Amino acid sequence: MKYEAVIGLEIHAQLATKSKIFSGAPTAYGAEPNTQACAVDLGFPGVLPVLNKDAVTMAVRFGLGIRAAVNKRCVFARKNYFYPDLPKGYQISQFDLPIVGEGYIDILLDDDKTKRIGITRAHLEEDAGKSLHEDFQGSTGIDLNRAGTPLLEIVSEPDLSSAKEAVAYLKNIHELVRYLEICDGNMAEGSFRCDANVSVRLVGETELGTRTETKNVNSFRFVEKAINYEIERQIDVIEAGGTITQETRLYDADTNTTRPMRSKEEAHDYRYFPDPDLLPVVITDDLIESIRITLPELPDEKRKRFMETFGLNAYDASVLSSSRPLASYFEAVVKDCNEPKLATNWVMGELSGALNKDGVEIENSPVSAEQLAGMISRITDNTISGKIAKQVFIGMWNGEGSADEIIEKQGLKQVTDTGAIEKIIDDIIAKNPSQVEAYRGGKDKLFGFFVGQVMKETQGKANPKQVNDLLKDKLK
Amino acid sequence: MSIDIEKVANLARLTLSEEDKANYPTQLNNILELANQMQSVDTTDITPLAHPIEATQPLRVDAVTEENQRDLFQSIAPSTESGLYLVPQVINRAKTKETEKE
Repeated sequence: MKYEAVIGLEIHAQLATKSKIFSGAPTAYGAEPNTQACAVDLGFPGVLPVLNKDAVTMAVRFGLGIRAAVNKRCVFARKNYFYPDLPKGYQISQFDLPIVGEGYIDILLDDDKTKRIGITRAHLEEDAGKSLHEDFQGSTGIDLNRAGTPLLEIVSEPDLSSAKEAVAYLKNIHELVRYLEICDGNMAEGSFRCDANVSVRLVGETELGTRTETKNVNSFRFVEKAINYEIERQIDVIEAGGTITQETRLYDADTNTTRPMRSKEEAHDYRYFPDPDLLPVVITDDLIESIRITLPELPDEKRKRFMETFGLNAYDASVLSSSRPLASYFEAVVKDCNEPKLATNWVMGELSGALNKDGVEIENSPVSAEQLAGMISRITDNTISGKIAKQVFIGMWNGEGSADEIIEKQGLKQVTDTGAIEKIIDDIIAKNPSQVEAYRGGKDKLFGFFVGQVMKETQGKANPKQVNDLLKDKLK
Repeated sequence: MSIDIEKVANLARLTLSEEDKANYPTQLNNILELANQMQSVDTTDITPLAHPIEATQPLRVDAVTEENQRDLFQSIAPSTESGLYLVPQVINRAKTKETEKE
């Protein structure tokens, strides 16, 4: 690897408020065009913005979630540019005094090591409207429902060195905003989107290369693809003796390429200045403390606790702590059956598989945590084997009742009567003299054959450990 | 510091007459000079002023208080269709579905 990539992400998270950041218009998704755009959102003369308290609270929650310093005094600024979906001719944003200062988040790499990614800042701003360029002969249609929707723009340090790391970081922030209940994280609806700043340089070089910004990539998969494409493209340009132009590019998912978005002569000149319509926002220590006590256990804290308390490995702990509902379910199972290892396997294996297959959220799982724990307890007390348990699980998934009811109804109870198993083994040994001889002659692999025969005879209901012990004894 | 009048006019989306193009630079440069004069004051220990009023931003309770008034607002719009405001086409690329926005 001759080149290395330097990547920073700008994430826009739509805050889960009921009303807009500066007006009382609703923020619900999917309404008829322009039915949720009031006079303030439309930038009518004489209107004044008034800041939404919950937008501030949510930004502070995020700040505490990334262990950042929350700025006690922050200021809104006007970012000036002309576009038809920005009726005022400026976007209200924050510039030199954002609400959230420097923080960080730890991401888990493939080798189970963690890497700390710096977050430069996070600031509040309003979203713009939506332009529709199709279907109108010679015109562009404007829907301003989204104008004024509160956004938190989260800017990372250029600490990411591959597309994979960028996706891991993005997923961690996504996980965090949902834990904090400040954003629904719906990427398809645009409530969580991301721009990637990418540059490359020779390994060992300390100066940063010229970067490009790839806009609005709206899925985790596309983020990885867009960044990889951009890294390759930049290396190709440099290898061919060219130079990288600092520009904004747009990712095209259909062709898996990026292309320049606007011409370079239109260099950005946003002429930021403090918005005279809004006063400085003061955030008191009392407010910060009152928000801090409402914070849930954060994903990385939970991950760490799962590893320490339940002995999980980093990967399992990370999957099980990736969402609050999943983590609660897992903890409820462990609490009931006291078998963290089995609970991990079942929740991440059969249960997650079934949920995925049927497209069901864990909150609506047909198998409750209590039911799953009940089934696990039947494995540990030797009522059923792990193999039979899969059959019991399917029964529970299909609503046939609790594990005990299914075991009873379908007669799945393990045969643990030594005498009965011994009799079956004796029969099998009598019926297969050549295999017995071969085994005794050193063909150890044949042991599995005998186990299989016993299981077949008992329809899988014999206790595997018991069968093993008895077989070993009899085949000596 | 000197004003590039063409650039400033372009950023403000203003078309200037030749006469204005001749006069505005002097006027704008005078304003910049005033700013330069103020720059020379030592402000090391002074907190930057974000707003002339010494008050802080009041906050609104997060509640929906605005009703849909689309028909009223669109009654003064030059052109609408299917609830959308229509404006002269802003990009030429036919394939792009949604705006390439800021």
